Amino acid sequence: MSDLEQFRQETRAWLEENCPPSMRTPMPEDETCWGGRNAVYKNPDSKVWLDNMASRGWTAPMWPKEYGGGGLNKDENKILQQELGRIRARPALSSFGIWMLGPALLEFASEEQKKHYLPPIVRGEIRWCQGYSEPGAGSDLAGLQTKAEDMGDHYLVNGSKIWTSYANFADWIFCLVRTNPQAPKHEGISFLLFDMTSPGVTTKPIQLISGSSPFCETFFDNVKVPKENLVGELNKGWTIAKALLQHERTMIAGMGSGPGGGGGSGLRSPSVVAKKYAGEADGRIADPALRDSIAAHNMNSRAFGLTVQRTTDEAKAGAPPGPASSMFKYYGTEQNKRKYELLLQAMGTQALGWEDSTFEEHELSITREWLRSKANSIEGGTSEVQLNIIAKRVLGLPE
Amino acid sequence: MALVLNEDQQQLKDAAHAFIQDKSPVSALRKLRDEKNPDGFDRALWQEMVELGWPGIIIPEEYGGSEFGYTGLGVVLQEMGRTLTASPIMSTVLIGASAYMLGASEVRKKAMLPEIAAGKKIVALALEEGPRHAPYNIATRGGPSVDGYRISGEKTFVLDGQVADELIVVARESGEPGDRDGLTLFLVDANAAGVKITPTRMADSRNAANITFNGASASGDKIIGEKKKGADVLDAILDRARIGLAAEMLGAIEVAFETTVEYLKTRQQFGRPIGSFQGLAHRAAEMFCEVELSKSVVLDALSAIDDNRDDIAQAASLAKARLNDTFHLISCEMLQMHGGIGMTDEADIGFYMKRARVAAATFGDSAFHRDRYATLEGY
Ligand SMILES: Cc1cc2nc3c(=O)[nH]c(=O)nc-3n(C[C@H](O)[C@H](O)[C@H](O)COP(=O)(O)OP(=O)(O)OC[C@H]3O[C@@H](n4cnc5c(N)ncnc54)[C@H](O)[C@@H]3O)c2cc1C
Ligand SMILES: Cc1cc2nc3c(=O)[nH]c(=O)nc-3n(C[C@H](O)[C@H](O)[C@H](O)COP(=O)(O)OP(=O)(O)OC[C@H]3O[C@@H](n4cnc5c(N)ncnc54)[C@H](O)[C@@H]3O)c2cc1C
Repeated sequence: MSDLEQFRQETRAWLEENCPPSMRTPMPEDETCWGGRNAVYKNPDSKVWLDNMASRGWTAPMWPKEYGGGGLNKDENKILQQELGRIRARPALSSFGIWMLGPALLEFASEEQKKHYLPPIVRGEIRWCQGYSEPGAGSDLAGLQTKAEDMGDHYLVNGSKIWTSYANFADWIFCLVRTNPQAPKHEGISFLLFDMTSPGVTTKPIQLISGSSPFCETFFDNVKVPKENLVGELNKGWTIAKALLQHERTMIAGMGSGPGGGGGSGLRSPSVVAKKYAGEADGRIADPALRDSIAAHNMNSRAFGLTVQRTTDEAKAGAPPGPASSMFKYYGTEQNKRKYELLLQAMGTQALGWEDSTFEEHELSITREWLRSKANSIEGGTSEVQLNIIAKRVLGLPE
Repeated sequence: MALVLNEDQQQLKDAAHAFIQDKSPVSALRKLRDEKNPDGFDRALWQEMVELGWPGIIIPEEYGGSEFGYTGLGVVLQEMGRTLTASPIMSTVLIGASAYMLGASEVRKKAMLPEIAAGKKIVALALEEGPRHAPYNIATRGGPSVDGYRISGEKTFVLDGQVADELIVVARESGEPGDRDGLTLFLVDANAAGVKITPTRMADSRNAANITFNGASASGDKIIGEKKKGADVLDAILDRARIGLAAEMLGAIEVAFETTVEYLKTRQQFGRPIGSFQGLAHRAAEMFCEVELSKSVVLDALSAIDDNRDDIAQAASLAKARLNDTFHLISCEMLQMHGGIGMTDEADIGFYMKRARVAAATFGDSAFHRDRYATLEGY
């Protein structure tokens, strides 16, 4: 038996034993496990599942073991993901630390910082938020104004951030700050980490159109930050910021491909939903125009999934990593938005309920998810910004 | 299989690239058009392709081929697509050899495949009877007679029909046009009595033919696939044709896109290169995404055939529909973004746009393939 086959069998057996049965059922949004100091576990199995996975480092399977990760290579990780998919396991941990900050720290942080910050991320003990956007600095992120002054033994941070997802629940923030106001805008930015319980940090939740409130205004009023919390060199934070954005984009883009390339499974699959709500005729979706739109959409999802796979295969074959993350971010998020438009089209008024027992729970959540999906092409850099990046950096079109 | 070319395939692609760029630039197609070449391709060039072994790429070694697989043929077609090269590879190899490999008796394979591999025979598929691809919409009759079968009916848009030595004729033994059952694929000598071939000239400067069968004789054992169950093998043949054609279209798309991006960088208006205008730059970036997705579906579909996967049909419909749409988009944008120049015959742009339209109408337009894909996926 090959090493990989053995790994698969061991993984399968371990998951069989360590993934609680309730963690193999579809996950309601309010049972998403974000970890953190103040985590509340509506379903206690979520905590068990998190701890089991964290004990193997499998919440961050490809991070080095010395920082608490799983130490898996690409092939092993693929197997782990396949085995998790096979039993329909819920994600043990959803975490900005794992998706965004960790990869950036692995690349740019000092050895001490890695040892200090990474293991608690893997274990889901510290929940992070992202302090990038400001009222005056969205797409033009490098125009940010929140400043950190060198006070000798610490930095003093003043300013405000906006759209900070889950800032009100987060334990720590990774924050872009201006440390040299005189320098050209990309050259005066630094990458700072600090505790959200520091004196002077306040958050104010903002309500989204979907009715929930996952993001905040975040204010810094004379916040003292220890100097060792600076990542990388002073005024060189933009490089880190950009690298982190690539991880963020890849993560957001993943929402567009969906299992099996169909752009959503079960009650999120447009074809399944259309049959249920628009009816069937001879095994086909009864409304031919809707059927045609769904086929077009699903074919694009499959093509997109194949492109993600091709890029991975090319990387394995040694091709230099392309500027693929912008294409994936753009196409994947637009695709996810289209999926929800199709679901709404198929479900008619049943997808337009707000809060009523005449609607099924999944119907009410599709309404909310549809609204939430609209943010996909804004957060992490808008679609237009991605197109700019492709035009300039990939195609080399002139300024 | 991984979605990357292996070393052998990459070498073949590089060699094909060098050959085509040297021997068959777009000006070669222009020349065929201007001199109203009756064959629709350059026989001397075809002979050189034969010497390179291209007709034998998919044919197993035991029948005189090099057994390089459909991915191998696909990269050659892609390179030919870059310059819109016309050749009988589509009709004779992609379709003809596939038909023999999929559905001929051992005796017939032994007789014909080496001939194809050696470039000695040209084979054409006589399928369509109307202006829109409809593979079961067959009224042409194949009925028994004293000495075998007699075929009567009218076929249109037979690619390379005007130069073929042998025709694969889709005829109906039973049922009505539209029925999947009752079709048989007869092998008919193109010079046989009762076969009347009328060449047609298409907008893309390639040739096809209308063919009338007036009691042409055929034999019950010179067939592809099973009698009255011909649709099974026909679908499999058509899927290979669609996938190969998609590979060819990919090559053309790549050139159309590269040329356009280059023009955006060089053409100056308002004192700036026009590629600096976001109204054009964003469209170019969107086209880039469509091209990348197109590359993936073509590679996947080619390897679906080589790996004998059970979703070849889905992969074929996915590839054909996507490449139709992308080629259409990019050839139209190529023209628009070139401004007045794009409208001139002197530029090659029109050739790409015309080819895009003809290729899209060949073996199923996008609506056809979306419908088919949905049916295959069970909705
Ligand atoms: C749900 C959600 C969660 C978020 N979470 C976080 C978070 O946790 N942390 C964080 O820091 N930020 C977060 N953001 C903020 C997000 O990164 C910004 O909203 C985004 O970068 C866009 O900035 P903006 O909202 O200021 O829009 P603007 O930049 O003002 O853009 C307005 C419009 O102009 C377009 N535009 C701008 N510049 C150009 C250009 N050069 N060319 C063409 N079009 C252009 C944009 O595409 C957009 O359509 C979140 C946003 C959302 C919606
Ligand atoms: C059939 C035909 C008949 C014609 N007849 C006449 C005639 O009788 N008399 C005459 O004087 N002219 C005539 N013209 C010329 C016609 O007016 C020009 O072709 C047209 O103005 C475009 O200019 P151009 O071809 O130089 O393209 P360009 O200006 O080079 O444009 C190339 C591309 O760049 C785009 N572009 C240019 N600037 C911008 C910008 N700022 N922002 C975004 N996109 C931009 C264009 O939209 C186009 O897609 C004719 C053209 C045609 C095709």
